[in-house]
Amino acid sequence: MTYLLPSVRLWLVTFLVCVVGYAALVFGFAQAFVPHQANGSMIEMNGRVVGSELVAQDFSTPGYFWPRPSAADYDAMGAAGSNLSPTSEDLTARAAEAVARYGATAANPVPADLVAASGGGLDPHISLAGALYQAGRVAAARGIDEAQVRQLAQSTAVAPGGIFAPEPIVNVLELNLALDRLAE
Amino acid sequence: MITAILLVTLIVVGTALLSWPLGTYMAALFSGRFARADGLFTRIAGRAPGQDWKQYSIALLAFNTLMFAFVFLLLATQHLLPLNPDGQSAASLDLVFNTAASFTTNTNLQHYSGESTWSYLAQLGGLMWLQFVSAATGIAALVALARGISGHASMGNFFLDLQRATFCVLLPLAIIVAFFIALRGVPMTFEGAATATTLEGVAQTIARGPAAAFVAIKQLGTNGGGFFGPNSTHPLENPDFWSNGFSMISIILIPMACVWMFGRIIGRMKHAGVIFAVMMMFLMLKIGGSIAFETAPTQAFMNLPVMQDVGNLEGKELRLGAVTGPLWAVLTTSTSNGSVGAMHDSLNPLTGLMPMVGMWLNATFGGVGVGMINMFLYIVVAVFIAGMMVGRTPEYLGHKVEGGEMRLAILALFSHAVLILGGTAIFAATVWGQETLNNVGAHGFSEILYEFSSAGANNGSGFEGLGDNTVPWNIATGLVMLIGRYLPIIVPLAMVGSLMAKKRRAESAGTLSVEGGTFGTMLVITILIFGALTFFPAAALGPIAEHVSLMR
Repeated sequence: MTYLLPSVRLWLVTFLVCVVGYAALVFGFAQAFVPHQANGSMIEMNGRVVGSELVAQDFSTPGYFWPRPSAADYDAMGAAGSNLSPTSEDLTARAAEAVARYGATAANPVPADLVAASGGGLDPHISLAGALYQAGRVAAARGIDEAQVRQLAQSTAVAPGGIFAPEPIVNVLELNLALDRLAE
Repeated sequence: MITAILLVTLIVVGTALLSWPLGTYMAALFSGRFARADGLFTRIAGRAPGQDWKQYSIALLAFNTLMFAFVFLLLATQHLLPLNPDGQSAASLDLVFNTAASFTTNTNLQHYSGESTWSYLAQLGGLMWLQFVSAATGIAALVALARGISGHASMGNFFLDLQRATFCVLLPLAIIVAFFIALRGVPMTFEGAATATTLEGVAQTIARGPAAAFVAIKQLGTNGGGFFGPNSTHPLENPDFWSNGFSMISIILIPMACVWMFGRIIGRMKHAGVIFAVMMMFLMLKIGGSIAFETAPTQAFMNLPVMQDVGNLEGKELRLGAVTGPLWAVLTTSTSNGSVGAMHDSLNPLTGLMPMVGMWLNATFGGVGVGMINMFLYIVVAVFIAGMMVGRTPEYLGHKVEGGEMRLAILALFSHAVLILGGTAIFAATVWGQETLNNVGAHGFSEILYEFSSAGANNGSGFEGLGDNTVPWNIATGLVMLIGRYLPIIVPLAMVGSLMAKKRRAESAGTLSVEGGTFGTMLVITILIFGALTFFPAAALGPIAEHVSLMR
């Protein structure tokens, strides 16, 4: 009893404070100050939810920019990476499919991020180089000027970490929404 | 290259600076400087008498048993309980056992994906609660050890220390981190999954939940268990570069502060400085190695028309920057955290070796509290060997170190290797391991080796290609985690108990100083011989073999 009774009392108190109290506090803070982010950063367009700005979704028609490959097939209920070794032959086979999809050649190689799957399979970004690589296809499918598409991609690009991570990246859903707005 | 150095400096050196005041505060807290808080905690515990090592250990084990039992029941009955908007069904009992053991032992090995397995109540009330109290258990154990070795009459009171660590260290920091990452975009909602219709007209269901609160304590308590399956590579768990940086700081902050706290309680800050320097040296070596190895492009793409100018991108997130993968991999395994910012299975072979080395040593900062306890074992061995070499009676802080203490130290250090290598041998030789692999050849062996290293070191990360939600894996790693947690906590407490019983002697000129470069060098050599050489043959069969045979 010397040990059991204090254990039970500590269990009760730590549970009440660290689970009930703490979760309520963080919940209240997030919902009060950043309700959009607190509920998953969902984007609405014309009254319907089209996705989360943080979560990749599949795009496969030529008129949209395509995201990075997803080992989870963009399933946001079962996110996962490929977990293949960089030396794996299965990985070479998967990459060859992506290369074929983009029609890459030795003279016009595809940027690596369009071939390599992300850790969670839901990376919402591609590199700016990856977006520019797709600009010709997107412009042709939409029947618009390629320079206009490239310019749009460039204006959407950001350096994710300022001077600490300067390589520019583009949010695919945001870019595709901008494309659709262009058409309106 | 410059951005890499800049970022590493900012994260590692910045956190080292922050750890100094935190260590001072923690030492004051555990020395009873805050009388009103202590009064309240004593009332909650009933009473708080001083305990010897046996009483302290029994109290620790009693509370940890209750932690395990409660969460086991909660996880097993989650489908009958509220806060389950996504309708998660009953989990298998072997997974419940593995998960309860995993979070009770501060490991957070996850043989499941959170978003498709556990209800919000199971995640918050079960797993997140354990992330607080299991971390507090580790800190309490270190405090007890430090008190014992510095000449206090008792080791303190476990129930008092646990509350101090929980309410005065972990909780305030967790609130700060949770607020920050919530502002960066980590969700905090009790609504179930959202349904979207994509621009191409396909339905997409997006898991979410009360993640911000969970993720904050996951990082701070060297827990590492993610709210979502792919941990901090999931964009809702780690939305941008800044949440990422804050997470990495949170991973190493308290483990670093524990060294300073130890130094203050024993009243030997120069000694703590040498320990800190040794840990820092190993940390920086591993970081340098992993970042360098990871600049090699993805081998599998070499004969394809792929432009690879940023290193290996498989399993990595663009928003987190190129350095995050290898840097996080080292931080999270140096500290027994186990959260991941890139998929470790897809790291280049030698990069993947760096986290394994971290788990094998398990003392280059290490888990909150327990990392410093592991280092204490290495110190005792180093002092003993040094004493033997010069023919003097080995002493540590005025305590005579004799055969009895050495036997216990070796038992604790040796058990770590036996658990990891023994488990790996059994699973590599049988269908238990062979049929669960995601990669072939040497990399497949690495998957098994990594899993047992992670369980034995109470780390929790994994080469996640491994299909580890099977009965043999769940039971074997569950047992390894339990032994790998409590043996290296109880045995050092027993050692200190034995040292406390002996008469303390004044340090003389003949005593090996534990404050200088000689001692630091001796400690490095001891760690290398015990920690690294034991595991070298296994490393040669796994990552080194893969690198030599397949990387061009």
